Amino acid sequence: MTAGRTLFEKVWEDHLVVAGGDEPDLLYVDLHLVHEVTSPQAFEALRVAGRSVRRPDLTLATADHGTPTINRLLGITDPQSRRQVGALLTNCGTAGITVFGPDDPRNGIVHVIGPEQGATQPGMTIVCGDSHTSTHGAFGALAFGIGTSEVEHVLATQTIRQRRPRSMSITIEGDLPTGVTAKDLVLGIIAQIGVGGGAGHVIEYRGSAIGGLSMDERMTVCNMSIEAGARAGLIAPDHKTFSYLEGRTHAPSGADWERAIEYWTSLPTDDTAEFDTEVVVDASGLSPFVSWGTNPAQTVPVTAEVPSPDQSDDPLIRDAIQRALDYMDLQPGTLITDISIDRVFIGSCTNARLGDLRAAASVIEGKKVHDNVSAMVVPGSALVKLEAEAEGLDKIFIAAGFEWREPGCSMCLGMNDDVLGPGERCASTSNRNYEGRQGRGGRTHLVSPQMAAAAAVAGHFVDVREWE
Amino acid sequence: MEPVLIVSGTMAPLPRAQVDTDQIIPKQFLKRIERTGFGEFLFYDWARDGEGEKDPGFVLNRPQYRKATVLVAGPDFGTGSSREHAPWALHDWGFRAVIAPSFGDIFRSNCHKIGLLAIELPEAVVDTLLALADEQPNAAVTVDLKHQKLSAPGVEESFEFDAYAKYMLLNGLDEIGLTMLEESVIAEFEDSRPTFKPRTSS
Repeated sequence: MTAGRTLFEKVWEDHLVVAGGDEPDLLYVDLHLVHEVTSPQAFEALRVAGRSVRRPDLTLATADHGTPTINRLLGITDPQSRRQVGALLTNCGTAGITVFGPDDPRNGIVHVIGPEQGATQPGMTIVCGDSHTSTHGAFGALAFGIGTSEVEHVLATQTIRQRRPRSMSITIEGDLPTGVTAKDLVLGIIAQIGVGGGAGHVIEYRGSAIGGLSMDERMTVCNMSIEAGARAGLIAPDHKTFSYLEGRTHAPSGADWERAIEYWTSLPTDDTAEFDTEVVVDASGLSPFVSWGTNPAQTVPVTAEVPSPDQSDDPLIRDAIQRALDYMDLQPGTLITDISIDRVFIGSCTNARLGDLRAAASVIEGKKVHDNVSAMVVPGSALVKLEAEAEGLDKIFIAAGFEWREPGCSMCLGMNDDVLGPGERCASTSNRNYEGRQGRGGRTHLVSPQMAAAAAVAGHFVDVREWE
Repeated sequence: MEPVLIVSGTMAPLPRAQVDTDQIIPKQFLKRIERTGFGEFLFYDWARDGEGEKDPGFVLNRPQYRKATVLVAGPDFGTGSSREHAPWALHDWGFRAVIAPSFGDIFRSNCHKIGLLAIELPEAVVDTLLALADEQPNAAVTVDLKHQKLSAPGVEESFEFDAYAKYMLLNGLDEIGLTMLEESVIAEFEDSRPTFKPRTSS
């Protein structure tokens, strides 16, 4: 019997324009997502070369990285960001690309708006000049981040040259324990395989724990595939995927819906398919995680202590741990729950969808943010914000003392005014705890929305499983 | 892109593991809409203190490394963000090759699109080069892409390199121009796409 095919292989082969043989394959791109930071140089290069955008109708743009989250009506005050967003609006206008500018009711983080508009669908190839494009893999799409030269290539040709990565399955069986979220699951995976563990691979997340996740939670998992070094992360489409999409703006309808369902149903990995690398994770053994260091693999369970450089024999790794401890101003052996925080950020393409905001609100309802803590919620999109307000989540957050902001990437990377001050320590639902990521000298601890919310109230990290 | 055949010059040592692209070019410098001018912001938060004063101890601020063309670093170099601004900054500063035991996938791809070589060598060899660059800042290094050979005093090593990227670099080819030659095949593929695939505008 011949081996079957994986979900990844099926999507790849269905987009082969030219099989490269010894060279990279030429793949067709179903959807090209664009934002203001990584696209202006690509549009400019096209202009210089006298080339045009081949398929504006397969391209969707939004302003998200540099947009302010307060006083939106005043416009963008930072002249450089204003120029960058202005360039996006002009470039898209000239090319005929749909763009959600800062004032558009559909504006939001690029990886939130794609699914929200139903533009992200199973079996598609999706690229964007942003490494968290892996988010869209939650729908069974092959979605990966590219550089600006590649953005230019896709704009001009609607194709991309890529060597086929190797395949990796990460199987998570069992149910996630109470208080353990999709964020903890993916942080646990990264801690296990490392920041380079997925390099050269496309990951497919499988197993009963994945099947049990909502679409919002699946996006959280796929979003952080890049933090394990993988180009993309996928999850097989199922009835949850279909019901999420049905009726959304760009989802198929009528006879097309039936044809789409038929195709989407054919996509999951065949029973006889083989992966190049296989990893197994026991869901029942997971706990809430908190990152202590300066990369996402430097993460431990909330019940653990800050580790010591002595845990490694490799001098460069020991040095990396010591550097992280110094930057984070932490001592080995400190209990995670003894670490006090100054700021809380609930937001980003990892954890700013409606499900995330509901989860955080459920933890803080009727409670108050600690006196020493400044906390903010930045919804992933204007539509998420609207939905949350319709449910009264904004009132819960505001009553507890959170700031309720306009959508955008915000303090995940601090390209707007939302930054940590030097030495400030933040419980953040974002995806990267690199040095200076949230502001020069700022100290980031990656956690789930529930853990961030609980820390906001307690003033230090707490085990949300014991939260009352 | 100009053809890239041989990179020669001297090395700058950066003996750190897991150098992410946020460190190579911090986010506050991503607001430019030009492709040039990023060099002065390379490793900004490591090269300068909170007041913007240069840290004389940081490798790029040491005069003996100012003219280095090859950066040598620890494993997992260039992980994280897809920002092509990172290779732009390295190239703009004057680097023409980066040597490390491993690279972030997107970073390596971005480097090769702009004519910056990302060369993987075993950790032991990289350690030797780091020590050499530290002890002899003037040690001459040559990275010969065509023959996939690196030479420095006491070091002769072959390296692996993606054959397609090598061909593009050696010939300085325009990848978009090449792909546009496939126009008829792309158009044929487009005609066969299912009708249920989304369109974002009419």
